[in-house]
Amino acid sequence: MSTRTPPAPAAPTSAPPATSTAASRPKLPRWAPWAVFAAAAVAAFLVGRLTSPNLALLVIYTVVLGTVVLYVVSRVVEGPRKATDRLVTSVVYSAFGIAMVPLLSLVYEVTRRGAERLDGEFLNSSLVGITGEGGGAYHAIMGTLIITALTTLISVPIGLLTAIYLVEYGNGRLKKAITFLVDVMTGIPSIVAGLFAYALFALFLGPGIRLGIAGAVALSVLMIPVVVRSAEEVLKLVPNELREAAYALGVPRWRTIVKVVLPTAVAGLGAGITLAIARVIGETAPLLITVGITNATNLDPFDSRMATLPVYAYYQLTQPGVPPEFAIDRAWTAALILIILVMGLNVVARLISRFFAPKNSR
Amino acid sequence: MAKRIDVSDLDIYYGNFKAVEGVNLSIEPRSITALIGPSGCGKSTFLRALNRMHEVIPGARVEGKVVIEGQDLYGADVDPVDVRRQIGMVFQRPNPFPTMSIYDNVAAGIRLNNKKMKKADLDDLVERSLRGANLWNEVKDRLDRPGSGLSGGQQQRLCIARAIAVEPDVLLMDEPCSALDPISTLAIEDLMAELKERFTIVIVTHNMQQAARVSEQTGFFNLNGVGQPGRLIEFNPTEKIFSNPEMKATEDYISGRFG
Repeated sequence: MSTRTPPAPAAPTSAPPATSTAASRPKLPRWAPWAVFAAAAVAAFLVGRLTSPNLALLVIYTVVLGTVVLYVVSRVVEGPRKATDRLVTSVVYSAFGIAMVPLLSLVYEVTRRGAERLDGEFLNSSLVGITGEGGGAYHAIMGTLIITALTTLISVPIGLLTAIYLVEYGNGRLKKAITFLVDVMTGIPSIVAGLFAYALFALFLGPGIRLGIAGAVALSVLMIPVVVRSAEEVLKLVPNELREAAYALGVPRWRTIVKVVLPTAVAGLGAGITLAIARVIGETAPLLITVGITNATNLDPFDSRMATLPVYAYYQLTQPGVPPEFAIDRAWTAALILIILVMGLNVVARLISRFFAPKNSR
Repeated sequence: MAKRIDVSDLDIYYGNFKAVEGVNLSIEPRSITALIGPSGCGKSTFLRALNRMHEVIPGARVEGKVVIEGQDLYGADVDPVDVRRQIGMVFQRPNPFPTMSIYDNVAAGIRLNNKKMKKADLDDLVERSLRGANLWNEVKDRLDRPGSGLSGGQQQRLCIARAIAVEPDVLLMDEPCSALDPISTLAIEDLMAELKERFTIVIVTHNMQQAARVSEQTGFFNLNGVGQPGRLIEFNPTEKIFSNPEMKATEDYISGRFG
């Protein structure tokens, strides 16, 4: 193959006498990988023109061809260890590229199709009286925010106190049992959590009940184990020496936890809780069962159905009405707002861990 | 303020494992008592038993008596939290609270125990404690900076200031200089010589020269083998231990023949 020619002869001629010692083998120049992959791209393009021009296939041809050629050239010139290094480097970059493809294409597609209806009307109006064009998701945005806030209000105290028990007080069987149950809870399918909350509320309020608070309970079942897990890991990171330092000053245990352990861990706790919120804010199935959907704005989670963004998007997509395109546009915009909310929460988590981390500057 | 400690027939256990056996000794007030011995012989365990800090480890317990000025530390009605308020401790690795400033670290003993104190009195106490720990001149301009920004030796003196700010009767030091360079070690040793005017000091050290330099009394701990409990082999005035020890094992240890 002609692509091998540019880098191969350049290196060995530069230091002919040194090749005898093991410590100084010839090296490929820094531009060698780029040259090899560029050549592979050209080769793949030429082959592609003969068959069918498909961008994804071209990229795959380029990566595979370039990796193989680079490995062979490197093995001949630089020896097996360097060649393995280059091979693994190529594989790692390829894996990263593959992982980025769905993420970027998802963000791109949702932004492209969602931006169309991302306007004042969408943010400020509900779906009351809307059959075709217009309308918005004000009721769904508020519903999602209210239900998520309630979920956080339920989950954070329970999860945090459980984690404190597990790290600071628990020992023996009870601790093991709780850890096991938390692990099991982590694996509960979200629809089961929804059915649990629905069954619980139906027991007291009769079948067919739909309430915002029931949705918050369902989401709490999903959120509590995430909070427990992350808080437990963070609390374990607090050095035992700090607890001992406080005990040695005659500080009781609970006050040590409140005044020393929690402030030391606050950055990690805040970040963990924020990520747990991001985890549940997009749940659809449990809300479908427990909260339902409505076209009007209902801000009272203790009274009848509420709209939420994921369920809103689901219904706009599955029951768009006639003509369908307006509802489908609204579904994309709802999805975009949901992604923006989750990204915002992730940014908040990073800010929390940056600003609250113990300062170490002189 | 300094108080006398009498220990009689003290056995210390971790679960079923007997870590220290049959310790009898008296620690004089206003003096420095050094505990030396090879690793794992139970000197740190014994030290932690003196202010009930070893109870923090699950399963740890004690048999025997520790009496401080007539009060049995392990009496049924004694609260370990109160014991620790009387008997302060400095640890091997400097451990200032990372979330607190230098000022707050020194005031931690007061603040964390929710004692109410006027701002002026607290300022006074912080200054007095930092002067007591020979740290005031180095940090007086940056009291509001984090304590973790200080050097290792300064951090250890900050921890000493924090310990003496609660005005304990006894100060326990668990290898306070083992993580420090010789200059910082000298600063801490000078400080101990000043502090013994006010406190009873017990120090565990691996450095025999340090024990010889600073202490009046020295106790030598040893163990017969792995898995055996540690014992107090000899407890005598420091000059005697280092010039004319009673026990063969002590002589072997301090002359470097083993351990």
